[in-house]
Amino acid sequence: MRIPCPLCGTRDRREFWYRGAAVDLERPAPDAGVEAWDDFVYLRENPAGPTRELWYHEGGCGAWLVVERDTVTHEIGRVALASEERS
Amino acid sequence: MRLAGRGLIDRSKPVAFEFDGARHSGFEGDTLASALLANGVRVMGRSFKYHRPRGVLSAGSEEPNALVTVGAGDAREPNVRATMQEIHEGLQAWSQNRWPSLGFDLMAVNDLAAPFLGAGFYYKTFMWPRSFWEKLYEPVIRRAAGLGALSGQAGGERYERAHAFCDLLVIGAGPAGLMAALVAGRAGADVILADEQARMGGRLLAETYEVDGQAGHLWADVVLAELDALPNVRRMGRTTVFGAYDGGTYGALERVLHHSGRRPRGAPVETYWTIVAKRAVLAAGAIERPVAFRNNDRPGIMTAGAVRAYVNRWGVSPGQSVAVFGNSDDAHRTARDLLAAGVHVPAVIDSREDAPESRDFELRRGAVVCDASGRRGLEAVTIRTAQGEERIAADALAVTGGWNPTVHLTCHMNARPVWRDDIACFVPQEGAVPGLRAAGACNGAFSTATCLREGAAAARAVLEELGRTVRDEPLPEAEDDPYRIAPLWAVSGKGRAWLDFQNDVTVKDVKQAAQENFRSVEHMKRYTTQGMATDQGKNSNVAALAVLADATGRGIPQTGTTTFRPPYSPVAIAALGAGAEGKGFRPERFATSHAASIERGAPMIEAGLWYRPSYFPRDGESDWRQSCDREVGYVREAVGVADVSTLGKIDIQGKDAAAFLDFVYSNMFSTLKVGRVRYGLMLREDGFVMDDGTTARLGEKHYLMTTTTAAAGEVMKHLEFVHQGLQPDWDVRFVSVTEQWAQFAVAGPKARELLDGILDAPLDAADWPFMSCGAVSVGGIAGRLFRISFSGEQGFEIAVPARYGAALFDILTDRAEALGGGPYGMEALNVLRIEKGFITHAEIHGRTTAFDIGMGRMVSAKKDCIGKTMSERPGLLEADRERLVGLKPINADGRMLAGAHLFREEDPPVRENGQGYVTSVCHSPMLGQMIGLGFLKGGSDRHGEIVKMWDGLRGVTTLCEVTGPVFFDPDGGRMRG
Ligand SMILES: [Zn+2]
Repeated sequence: MRIPCPLCGTRDRREFWYRGAAVDLERPAPDAGVEAWDDFVYLRENPAGPTRELWYHEGGCGAWLVVERDTVTHEIGRVALASEERS
Repeated sequence: MRLAGRGLIDRSKPVAFEFDGARHSGFEGDTLASALLANGVRVMGRSFKYHRPRGVLSAGSEEPNALVTVGAGDAREPNVRATMQEIHEGLQAWSQNRWPSLGFDLMAVNDLAAPFLGAGFYYKTFMWPRSFWEKLYEPVIRRAAGLGALSGQAGGERYERAHAFCDLLVIGAGPAGLMAALVAGRAGADVILADEQARMGGRLLAETYEVDGQAGHLWADVVLAELDALPNVRRMGRTTVFGAYDGGTYGALERVLHHSGRRPRGAPVETYWTIVAKRAVLAAGAIERPVAFRNNDRPGIMTAGAVRAYVNRWGVSPGQSVAVFGNSDDAHRTARDLLAAGVHVPAVIDSREDAPESRDFELRRGAVVCDASGRRGLEAVTIRTAQGEERIAADALAVTGGWNPTVHLTCHMNARPVWRDDIACFVPQEGAVPGLRAAGACNGAFSTATCLREGAAAARAVLEELGRTVRDEPLPEAEDDPYRIAPLWAVSGKGRAWLDFQNDVTVKDVKQAAQENFRSVEHMKRYTTQGMATDQGKNSNVAALAVLADATGRGIPQTGTTTFRPPYSPVAIAALGAGAEGKGFRPERFATSHAASIERGAPMIEAGLWYRPSYFPRDGESDWRQSCDREVGYVREAVGVADVSTLGKIDIQGKDAAAFLDFVYSNMFSTLKVGRVRYGLMLREDGFVMDDGTTARLGEKHYLMTTTTAAAGEVMKHLEFVHQGLQPDWDVRFVSVTEQWAQFAVAGPKARELLDGILDAPLDAADWPFMSCGAVSVGGIAGRLFRISFSGEQGFEIAVPARYGAALFDILTDRAEALGGGPYGMEALNVLRIEKGFITHAEIHGRTTAFDIGMGRMVSAKKDCIGKTMSERPGLLEADRERLVGLKPINADGRMLAGAHLFREEDPPVRENGQGYVTSVCHSPMLGQMIGLGFLKGGSDRHGEIVKMWDGLRGVTTLCEVTGPVFFDPDGGRMRG
């Protein structure tokens, strides 16, 4: 698998460290309530198909990336810097 | 039998080699198989299950029978295909799977017991009694069955791994692959041309066709010369592309030195390549399939294509009198090549009623071979025609049942091949592997002209996709014979007709599987073991599923294929693991004091990848405890020196550095004054403790964070994530400076005295209160000093750029020794911290909260931080949670063990009575007994209670008093003094 880092170019996945779903970017406010925090910390989808994930270019530039990946075809879609991805 | 004047071998270069201890001679260019055939050796192995004598079947990597062991001692390699092993001076090869010898094999008794050993035999027979399986059945079966054996010794040969990148990877260098590489190479694309054979050319080397008016192999040589002159083309011979993976990544195995007895220093015997290609052309050719008939495994029976290869490429005939049997025009071609080489062809048996006539040889149309005789080598075949059966003497038989395109790589990403009735074979599904195109025989194009055309077309399509200009060039002239085939899988009749030679699977086995309702091809495979040997069914899959389709009344496409998985041909684990063994798997990180520690005889222990001194033994000390106690004494009574450089150091700078630290630490750092240090606790977002350490404020916008040795990498990633992912607008940057600074703890009542003696300016106690930090100069070198303590004594940590670390360690230890102290290691460091109740990752092991470790108040109420919300969950704040306590045996000689569990004194030690567990223990020289830290339900509410420590594994029960975690100097006066 290869991931196109927006800063470094396309690199082997061994340069990257996997974190999990990009849900981690949507941190609720401290007073958002039990459900919002439970969703944020524990609940994850496990789709057969497109996912949005967080990968860290540990063996490269150190950027956190939001990577669209299809778990069925292994196809990598859009890749963006996490720092520019938050709404 | 060697044929005069034929073949591409170099007859001026004879090569001597040994097979089963007998000396033989061949020529440069020979494989072991061709050289053995030339020497009249027909039996090259014994079959897996029945131990039947077997000869070579093929001339390529698909060979199921002629597997040998090459090399000796720790360089021994089993299951080498004789068809792929090039001979070289001094080569020693041995046959396998026989005892005591290839000619007389005692296990051949299995062959006589064959009626009892059919499909599913093991499943049915060895079910009961269950206890017999491990002790009796399995060892016996393993000894009787099996191929070659590994040497059992480590690391004889060197393996390597490497990476390559290209625009176009061409897999296979037959006519299609050569043409693809030529077109792409001429257009300037970066091309890698890989072929598993030593010599490139594919079938052009094995056939007698002309290309562009010259012999095929000469045309190939011309193309290869042109490719070699192009700087953008790289040729990789002896390289098998064995797997297709995501993102245009291909795995390849280069056999670097197997063809040579030489081992130049450092040279690998094999290299495992990862090739990343923008596009790929698969030109892997096709594998000829045999026809199943009774005793079709007699030595001397081989595929027709292999016979032509041995005759044309190696100048060897498999026999004096070679019959030919088949269902396509390839049978006729084979006979013509044999006749042209002067070999007698007693008959061509063609199953097709409408086969073309020939005057060159005796042709039997609409006939089949139904039996073969000659146990150690073919003597005659029995043919069946409309007139009846007839025996024909022959010492070799060339068989063709048609060609199976080598579709394997196109299936590695889940695609299934597509059945084509017109040519009776599976072809690749288009787009099966993104970026890969199939061309030539592997795509079902069997004439030389279509191979050349498809190779060129595939390259042109790739060039267009890559945005390169393509010139239209005429294609070389070549034969364009039609492929006329009438499917023939198995000849009916009694007896055993072999499908899978390597695993001894017969037509009857497959039919039996169907009868017993193992009708799915995947079930049939597992039930019969067809296709599960090292050839992965390359010679038998399609025929086996055709037989299954017939037995179940379905068509071949409805029956489907089994799953093709990488690797295409066997790859040694040693190759896949190249570079990742020993230190390559686990690199070593050494602190600057490493050499000095070794010199002092310190046993080193691993801390992650780091190596740290355990203790520094002195003459006369008989065990580590004595050394450890002495070193603890240095720190408690004089001064000790320890290298603490392995702790993670992260330099944090920026306008928002303070706000950032407030967010990642549970406690406040924005309020920390410049020149001061604070202990910080870091939580995960789920509220549990992630790491701890001290952070110093070096300037208004400049902090230096320390992490534990183990968590340094994790914390760095975490900080980057919190910044980039959660607070990207904050002006803050981090860099790890762990390796840039050497840092030493100087601890003990004489610590200040020691440092005062080496710093360039006097060390005034008033300027350096507890938890202060600042710049210092030592020997003219700019360094940093931190007044912190992990021992409970007056303590400093002094840091200098790493290049001065070794020198500073020497100075510090010399001075310490002069003051009645010296260096201390990890054991003493651990004792010192347990006596003080300081935690490490033994306590913050991922399942404990700030509340559990007695630091609940360190989660600041004044601000948000990572983990704060979740740490406030009611369940994480209950008084009866397992919380940190100190533990002390009530008898001074009581033993404590980390990992032991805690129970009420009166309760039996069973899980439901569990009250907690012990995390850290040591013998405390200060208290003169063992002490420990652990987690106990109710924690601090139970100080003074007696609990039972129980270690069932090591059989130790000790009654302990529950105490506070701080055993020594609880008010911290020594540390602040
Ligand atoms: Zn990058």
